[in-house]
Amino acid sequence: MDSLVEPRNVSMPNRKQTLVIVGNGMVGHRFLQLMVEKGAGDRWNLITFGEEPRLAYDRVHLSQYFEDKTAADLTLVKPGFYQNSGIKSYVGDRVVEIDRQRQVVKSANGIEIAYDRLVLATGSYPFVPPIQGNDATGTFVYRTIEDLDAMKAYGQQAKTGVVVGGGLLGLECANALKSLGLETHVVEFAPRLMPVQIDETGGAVLKEKIEALGVQVHTSKATTDIVSKNGKLVRMEFADGSSLQTDMIVFSAGIRARDELARNADLQMGERGGVMIDETCQTSDPKVYAIGECASYQGRTFGLVAPGYQMAEVASDGLMGVAAAQQFTGADMSTKLKLLGVDVASFGDNFAKTPGAKELAVTDAVAGTYKKLVVDADGKLLLGGILVGDAEAYGTLLQLMQNQIPLPENPLGLLVAAAAPALSMDQLPDTAQVCSCNNVTKAQLCEAIQCDGITELPTLKQCTAAGTGCGGCVPLVKDILNSELKKAGVEVKNHICEHFPYSRQELYHLLRVGQIQSFDALLEQHGTGQGCEVCKPTVASMLASSWNDYVLNTPHVGLQDTNDSFLANIQKDGTYSVIPRIPGGEITPEKLIVLGQVAQEFDLYTKITGAQRVDLFGARLDQLPLIWQRLVEAGFESGHAYGKALRTVKSCVGSTWCRFGVQDSTSLAIEIELRYRGLRSPHKLKSAVSGCTRECAEAQGKDFGIIATENGWNLYVCGNGGMTPHHALLLATDLDKETLIKYIDRFLVFYIRTADKLQRTSTWFKKLEGGLDYLKQVIIEDSLGIAEELEAQMHHHVDTYQCEWKTTIEHPEKVQRFRHFVNADVADPSLVYVQERGQKRPATEAERAVLSQSQDALIAPVP
Amino acid sequence: MESSTVQSTTTADSTNWVTVCALDAIAPNTGVNALVGTEQVAIFRFGSTDEVYATGNFDPFSKAFVMSRGILGDRQGVLKVASPIYKQNFNLKTGVCLDDETVSLPVYLARVVEGQVQIEAKG
Repeated sequence: MDSLVEPRNVSMPNRKQTLVIVGNGMVGHRFLQLMVEKGAGDRWNLITFGEEPRLAYDRVHLSQYFEDKTAADLTLVKPGFYQNSGIKSYVGDRVVEIDRQRQVVKSANGIEIAYDRLVLATGSYPFVPPIQGNDATGTFVYRTIEDLDAMKAYGQQAKTGVVVGGGLLGLECANALKSLGLETHVVEFAPRLMPVQIDETGGAVLKEKIEALGVQVHTSKATTDIVSKNGKLVRMEFADGSSLQTDMIVFSAGIRARDELARNADLQMGERGGVMIDETCQTSDPKVYAIGECASYQGRTFGLVAPGYQMAEVASDGLMGVAAAQQFTGADMSTKLKLLGVDVASFGDNFAKTPGAKELAVTDAVAGTYKKLVVDADGKLLLGGILVGDAEAYGTLLQLMQNQIPLPENPLGLLVAAAAPALSMDQLPDTAQVCSCNNVTKAQLCEAIQCDGITELPTLKQCTAAGTGCGGCVPLVKDILNSELKKAGVEVKNHICEHFPYSRQELYHLLRVGQIQSFDALLEQHGTGQGCEVCKPTVASMLASSWNDYVLNTPHVGLQDTNDSFLANIQKDGTYSVIPRIPGGEITPEKLIVLGQVAQEFDLYTKITGAQRVDLFGARLDQLPLIWQRLVEAGFESGHAYGKALRTVKSCVGSTWCRFGVQDSTSLAIEIELRYRGLRSPHKLKSAVSGCTRECAEAQGKDFGIIATENGWNLYVCGNGGMTPHHALLLATDLDKETLIKYIDRFLVFYIRTADKLQRTSTWFKKLEGGLDYLKQVIIEDSLGIAEELEAQMHHHVDTYQCEWKTTIEHPEKVQRFRHFVNADVADPSLVYVQERGQKRPATEAERAVLSQSQDALIAPVP
Repeated sequence: MESSTVQSTTTADSTNWVTVCALDAIAPNTGVNALVGTEQVAIFRFGSTDEVYATGNFDPFSKAFVMSRGILGDRQGVLKVASPIYKQNFNLKTGVCLDDETVSLPVYLARVVEGQVQIEAKG
């Protein structure tokens, strides 16, 4: 195989040298990024191997793959980054041997590459405890996207899932199982959860919180046997004689360094595994470096991403010959996480091992929080702490500890949520490391804000990478941003347009509080000028969702977008399409025939929509009232396809016909569609009801979607299809119909009240601080105390609904507006159609040119 | 509409005025489309007043006769109408597109006399 070895350029010092990076995980990728930033392109040929079928992705947030994230969302590699930086990447190929003598690595696919320097970033593998039956079908590990795909596939047919391991990763994994809709258990060998990070009291509080979320926790359980019957996993047995029935098991009982490559290459190993490194991240062979979870410093390995990133910094400094190269001298294992929606943080000397250290703790059994500070003997300096249930103070406390800022007289005050912020941003030194994952200091953040004129948190995060790792520092980053903006006198604006100095949300509040009934009144009291095509439809929608007045009434008619204004969807040639409501997609043959007859009579192009309705195209303005006269007579109602409003509630046939259905999804879809029909909102609203988990109605791609379970209904929210598809999020499970409708009422009105203009539920959700937990608190727990008000607003809507088309055709003066000419009963003479596949379509410009030569009379009388 | 005939009068300033409809036929802050000769003319009414403006009804961007269905408003005090199809804005007094100065709508003189809207007839 020698012919395959690419020669390295040892004899020509002016030429680039070859650096091979083994492993393309988070740390390996970070290392490459740093090398490129530090100018490696001129000095090194960079070559990376990764055994997974894709480039580096965010393993820290892996469980989001089961919520709303796709593999593409989780990627860490910007498109084209490797190509543009001249990095050669071997994806899906594993290095299997290092020949240190010849300085060559060999891959599983037979590639051999000679290196000048080698960096090992092989990471770790999940530890599977040596239990009888640990390789049975239905057992999994939790490390890669492939692992998750396997869990997902198997989880389809499972009801119960057990996570072995109650540490940080184990709880993440439990979250994943819960997202799959499984009855979830956590089995931990130690007497408490997260034994490394939190103490006994903290563990007890955490257990209680997690059990309240429906995850069963079993501590002090040593698994002795995993029992399968007929090749199917059935239960696990414990040393104390008890057992637990389950369909699948995920091992998440810690990780072990992947050091076999180094071991086989006779590099020196750490005492408890891992490749031994020194302060420069070099191994016992100075030509070989090791970084991340595979490395061992002073006998310790580091299973967090932040120390791995620090090593990447150190190694890249060394390889680039940076003058003041950083050194790795161990790592701060401080961490803040949200596990199953519960905040957990642990930092510094969390178990008070420093001689003379004292502990202060506050336990709030009602709120389910536990907060402990570890201070030095004088009570002057903070040494560490533990936070469970509420980790809001984490950022502040970490800064107090790291920068040795003297504590206030009564440090317990720091733990009371309502207390004034203990740390003014000015107190924080410029050198303070705000984001430890990405090593971003306060000075770097301030510079970005001042020099680049950044005013928004997402932009600041994007530019500096602060807060993009574990996310624990985001509140602090936001505080720094606000403090800097305030200093610079910048006012953050999100006004809807030049006519109203308010956001849509603020304006909605003003409109409701002031009981304002018209655009003119709102403009007079809160705005300037004449309005425009942005604020007018926005306000029209707010008025409609608040007071539900007929949209073509005189004060409102001029506000409407043309679609709302003529209650139909305008097309490219100025004609309209007509979509009658077909609730739940259910239609009688008689009504279907009427649609066909109307289409024939008015020569309308007919197409089935994606929302289980029928769309009739090419209706002239003057034809719309005539068409609707027929439709209303036949019992049709407006489908509001023209409005930023509820469109359709798609359904499958459910238990009525389908042999798999568990509930009557069609009846529910019809009921829901009739309840919310005509509801105007910041953007269109789509919904669906599926009768079983096969999800034929695609409810998880809707603004609100419902999936039948054997016990009731699961409610999903904030999904959509279209340009940027978003998977909906599970808001509540196994609801009875009454509760389901109550939650939807609250959800919809909350969205309508607080979203920005033209913001669909998924984008609204993305900007919602506190995410899904916050939404659950507001909708389910009524944390804002507004549930009753939200429901009342929806009840008003339901009670005052009218079919806009029925009202229109009943009022001759409204019908007048639909004539093409105010002064002549003549149709639009400019319309030209051709036939295609047996129906009409608008002529192209070329076709028009030909046709108009043969048609002298451009003005035809109305038929 | 009771009359589909077009009445025209010539005034002292030699503008040929055509009466097209009653002011009441235009809802406040909306537009209507009128047939003036063989031209389609969009007539807009600001507020509940007798402030009226007229432009061609042809939208040069979508090439459809739809301008009368646009939303009225102002940009920095300049009165404008937005195309209902692709939302370009046009200055109501000059017809010039505010988003692309190379494009404009024809404009017509318009007035209200004794509750009737009159448009300048061209050509």
